[in-house]
Amino acid sequence: MSRSTLFTGVRLLDPASNLDQQGDLLVQDGVIADFAASLGRPDGATVVGEAGAILCPGLVDMRAALGEPGYEYRETIASAAEAAAAGGITTLAALPDTLPAIDDPALVRLLRARGEETGSLSIVPYGAVTAGCRGEELAELGLLSEAGAAAFTDGGKAVGSSRLMRLALSYARGFGGRIVQHPEDPSLAAGGSATEGELATRLGLPGIPVAAEPILVARDIRLAALTGGAVHFAHISTAEALSLIRAAKSEGLAVTCDTAPPYFDLNETAIGDFRTYAKLSPPLRKDADRRAVAAALGDGTIDAIASDHQPRDADDKRQPFAQATPGGTGLATLLGVTLAQVHNGTLGLMRAIELLTIRPARLLGIEAGRLMKGAAADLCLFHPERIWQVKAGELPGKAQNTPFDGRALEGTVLGTWKAGRRVFGGDASVP
Amino acid sequence: MLDLAESYVLLNRSGKTQRDLLRGRTLINLFFEDSTRTRTSFELAGKRLGADVINMSVSTSSVNKGETLLDTAATLNAMHCDLLVVRHDQSGAPNLLAQKVDAAVINAGDGTHEHPTQALLDALTIRRRKGRLEGLVVAICGDVAHSRVARSNIHLLTTMGSRVRVVGPPTLMPAEAERLGVEVFHDMERGLAGADIVMMLRLQRERMQRGLVPSAREYFRFFGLDAAKLAHAKADALVMHPGPMNRGVEIDSEVADDPQRSVIKEQVEMGVAVRMAVLDTLSRRHGRNEP
Repeated sequence: MSRSTLFTGVRLLDPASNLDQQGDLLVQDGVIADFAASLGRPDGATVVGEAGAILCPGLVDMRAALGEPGYEYRETIASAAEAAAAGGITTLAALPDTLPAIDDPALVRLLRARGEETGSLSIVPYGAVTAGCRGEELAELGLLSEAGAAAFTDGGKAVGSSRLMRLALSYARGFGGRIVQHPEDPSLAAGGSATEGELATRLGLPGIPVAAEPILVARDIRLAALTGGAVHFAHISTAEALSLIRAAKSEGLAVTCDTAPPYFDLNETAIGDFRTYAKLSPPLRKDADRRAVAAALGDGTIDAIASDHQPRDADDKRQPFAQATPGGTGLATLLGVTLAQVHNGTLGLMRAIELLTIRPARLLGIEAGRLMKGAAADLCLFHPERIWQVKAGELPGKAQNTPFDGRALEGTVLGTWKAGRRVFGGDASVP
Repeated sequence: MLDLAESYVLLNRSGKTQRDLLRGRTLINLFFEDSTRTRTSFELAGKRLGADVINMSVSTSSVNKGETLLDTAATLNAMHCDLLVVRHDQSGAPNLLAQKVDAAVINAGDGTHEHPTQALLDALTIRRRKGRLEGLVVAICGDVAHSRVARSNIHLLTTMGSRVRVVGPPTLMPAEAERLGVEVFHDMERGLAGADIVMMLRLQRERMQRGLVPSAREYFRFFGLDAAKLAHAKADALVMHPGPMNRGVEIDSEVADDPQRSVIKEQVEMGVAVRMAVLDTLSRRHGRNEP
């Protein structure tokens, strides 16, 4: 059966090829058949078009936790796929600090297969850096890589030992593996639940000093220089760490980083009156750090924007603040919160989409995140100005712990296509 | 609130009670952390106003603390309690409870966050002795970082126009303490110089175990209040302590038991009066006279 879809009169946006033009795009048999200023309508093709809509590659989310395996009460792969589709995400890199941890090649293959079963979301698994993400000895990085692990990380746990990090960077270099670090000095962060400073002092919450981030970033940059290995820092949230990364890049080291929407959209005041949905790891920072992160999106220091999706259930969050589990959902809000930086003039639209598509795809070493003839038709159609409001309890998927509860977002996903098949939205289609 | 408490001091001293005020009202003392002093004080305050007082001690050593907290809230709500006094070892726990129960919730100390009735009783004690709060120099000394008493006193006293200093080793000082409107000192002699009030805080043994202070004897040498250090404060300076005291750690017995300087026992008396005023006020807000 031949399935074809013609997108007509949309703004085609592809950062990988620097394409930004009004036009048509034709999908046939799951791949992008053609795109041009104007295309004819093949017989039987579904036509999709909406004034003001933008068609870009399906988003590539390079950092998200799934509830499976082990935490299905928080989220299943099926529910994450539903939320991802609603967020325009067609490829997602899954963190390995699950139960069990993804430290075995069979588990990498399982996750990839589970992604295929969803029909809407490619799952690119991370492999654990250390066995069980316990931070004691290296996992079988080579075997994990062979099974399809895109890179290595212990997820929300930092590789704390300098010696172990050196070994990981050094060993992974042998097969081009990148080590993704949660940049937070574990001994400084232990027991903390908010950024150390006036607000944490007023709330009587144990603080984590801002320095916990640049300390580990500085160490790992030196270890990358020592080993020649590639290090990637996840969810960067401080100005100081960004300065170090900027300097390392100009030094020519294999150092990259991403951030997540909470770190350029929210500051620590979001935890106000003990709001546990805004308890994240790393914790939200003062506004000066937030502004530094937003500025670094545009200047090349930050290589990607990831959702940093961390599903939690009500019992994880309905706790006294210090006992609540950190983490926020991020799949459905990834695009909208990023576009807020476009609307406020901080970031160009092309750059914003680049950070959500081709840049993370290249970091993960996968073929995704671009509009290319013959490539799988993973697509996201969105309206950059249409407004919606984030409401915890009404988000797609199971996990509802959004730190953006109540936030009005300008930028709405109209539809998502995976390999040419529509997996989200329906309003935009014209028979 | 202080004026109302003042009237309850007189009532208590006269030996009379006002048992019709909270008649038929249920007050539950919900303590997730041991505190004989505060619990007894609230119990007495409730009983003197005629409330039915129930004490509940809940162990926080159970596996899932948060679940216990919310389960307990649901249970209490079903019992139609009117006034809920909460002590918890986690900052913000009373805020969480207040979202889940219909009763008026009174924070009797939460984690390292606040202890509002302690600050009120301290202010009442000071005002009765000094006749005012405005312009007084108050030195709060010791483990400020982990002290809810310090935080609540800082908020109350700076609001009332006192000049508040905090004195202690840097490892026991909260980050950006000066942002709370206080002067920060790391030296007792300088911190106490010219002070009208010297308020000592309890140092828990756990701080030594975590290495924030090397030893009790070192702490006492530099931050324990003895007659020599107190001599730097004003000649008529008062010594306060929220209790229970660690004699020989943060305070010397000679000072603690000096009837000319120490108002520690008076603080306990004021505690009952202040809590009566708080219960009175909150029960009015919560429609005490409705059926």
